[in-house]
Amino acid sequence: MKAEIICAGFGGQGVLTIGKFIAKAGMAEGKHVSWLPSYGPEMRGGTANVSAVVSDEPIASPIVSYPDILVALNQPSLDKFGPTIRPGGVLVVDTGMCPHGLKRDDIQFVAAPFSSIAVEIGSMRVLNMLAIGAVIGRTNIIKYETIEEDLTAFLKAKNPDLLEQNLKAIKRGIEIGKL
Amino acid sequence: MTKVLMKGNEAVAEAAIRSGCRLYFAYPITPQSELIEYMAKMMPKVGGTFLQAESEVAAINMVYGAAGAGRRVMTSSSSPGISLKMEGISYIAGAQLPAVIINVQRGGPGLGDIQPGQSDYFQAVKGGGHGDYHLIVLAPSSVQEFADMAGEAFDLADKYRTAVMILADGMLGQMMEPVEFKPAKTAEEIEALNSQHHDWCICPNVEGPEHHHHEINSLEIDPSVLEQHVYNLYDNYATIEKNELRYESYNVSDDNEILCVAWGTASRIVKSAINELKVEGKSIGMIRPITVWPFPYQEIDAAIGKNVKKVYVFELNMGQMLDDVKIAVNGKVPVDFWGKVGGIVFTPAEIKTKLEECF
Repeated sequence: MKAEIICAGFGGQGVLTIGKFIAKAGMAEGKHVSWLPSYGPEMRGGTANVSAVVSDEPIASPIVSYPDILVALNQPSLDKFGPTIRPGGVLVVDTGMCPHGLKRDDIQFVAAPFSSIAVEIGSMRVLNMLAIGAVIGRTNIIKYETIEEDLTAFLKAKNPDLLEQNLKAIKRGIEIGKL
Repeated sequence: MTKVLMKGNEAVAEAAIRSGCRLYFAYPITPQSELIEYMAKMMPKVGGTFLQAESEVAAINMVYGAAGAGRRVMTSSSSPGISLKMEGISYIAGAQLPAVIINVQRGGPGLGDIQPGQSDYFQAVKGGGHGDYHLIVLAPSSVQEFADMAGEAFDLADKYRTAVMILADGMLGQMMEPVEFKPAKTAEEIEALNSQHHDWCICPNVEGPEHHHHEINSLEIDPSVLEQHVYNLYDNYATIEKNELRYESYNVSDDNEILCVAWGTASRIVKSAINELKVEGKSIGMIRPITVWPFPYQEIDAAIGKNVKKVYVFELNMGQMLDDVKIAVNGKVPVDFWGKVGGIVFTPAEIKTKLEECF
């Protein structure tokens, strides 16, 4: 198994964190992982992206040319990376943020207004957890339980309410991913 | 030890502390700032000294002083900052002092940009500072290797009384991969490491016959004495070349039609292309120099199998290691080169296309 993932969106949407949680979970499950961010003079509202690789074999290039999975949380990211998704690959796309969509018939779409759903759940800050859930629901590259354990260790003492909200968002994302 | 997911910059800093580094002097610069931040946070917790110098020049001279005291000391920077350190590095080489210098390279020349590059190869292995000297130069290609090299660099520096450079780049500094650390050295172990320098360091802090001061200097005004000193340095370099050469041989076999040579970050991307073409029945090998000084000249020559039509060098510069590869190949087969510059890292797809054109 080898999954090459690109997550892209506006700075502040938590796209780097999506990659980080996926990589950490992959590592916890005994896989080889890498996490490579775009970096530079970026700011809230600018664009950001991350390449994450989860693999049974040692990872050669951490740079991803053709992702198996793309999480696109705004239109510029979808325009840039959408055409590079491997045929048969998965696109997780926030339809509210990507009004022009992507025309391809050789990939799987997990399309939902994720930002609006995040606000429904209680906070825009859980947008990235919804996206992680959608990836888990559609691809099984990592297990829900691994992320739950990681988040619990990180948030349970500090902010139990936020933990609940995040877990709720992941579960909702999984439902969307399974549709 | 369990694995932790860490950035290369943080992992190499943690590994340096575990290896007994208790003195670190530097000035911030992207893309290595997490390294200095980590040192600022962690050094006080282990009783070490972190000092943000007023400039790179000051930092390397603090390293010069601390190395003269026979302590494990490190500095780090990125390309433009390393240029500023070059005078001090030459002095450290002249005075035969152990020190570790990390260069997390970015695009150049000048201030360049802050994205990854490999364009400081010449500076690292062909001099950079003035005078006849070498640094041992280690080139990591993963976060784990970057971290492991911290301990190796200190050991090599101590063993040969020389400065060692770890030549990484912005990608290795910024990316996260799982890393497993070696156990941290105890206070007693660190003391033992320091005491091995008592026969030459400025002021061995011990009672008894070992307690006398030594003079440390890179100035020798008598030409015949300086001549002998340079010969002695080169005897030491010859021993290093004999003992410390390291390289990785990847997919090298008699079936190879192409032999690639790539180092650091670039080698990871070339590996991906080799793997993809292997599935299509195309046999390509790769030599990855792990020490870029000393350089594996004979090992590259020996890896050119009977079916190899071409040696292909890929670097994130305009062709610098290329010169050393040409010396190694010595006209046996054609040597080709392709690189990207400006902080742009080539992709596996681009390398694959370049290699496909050879068949």
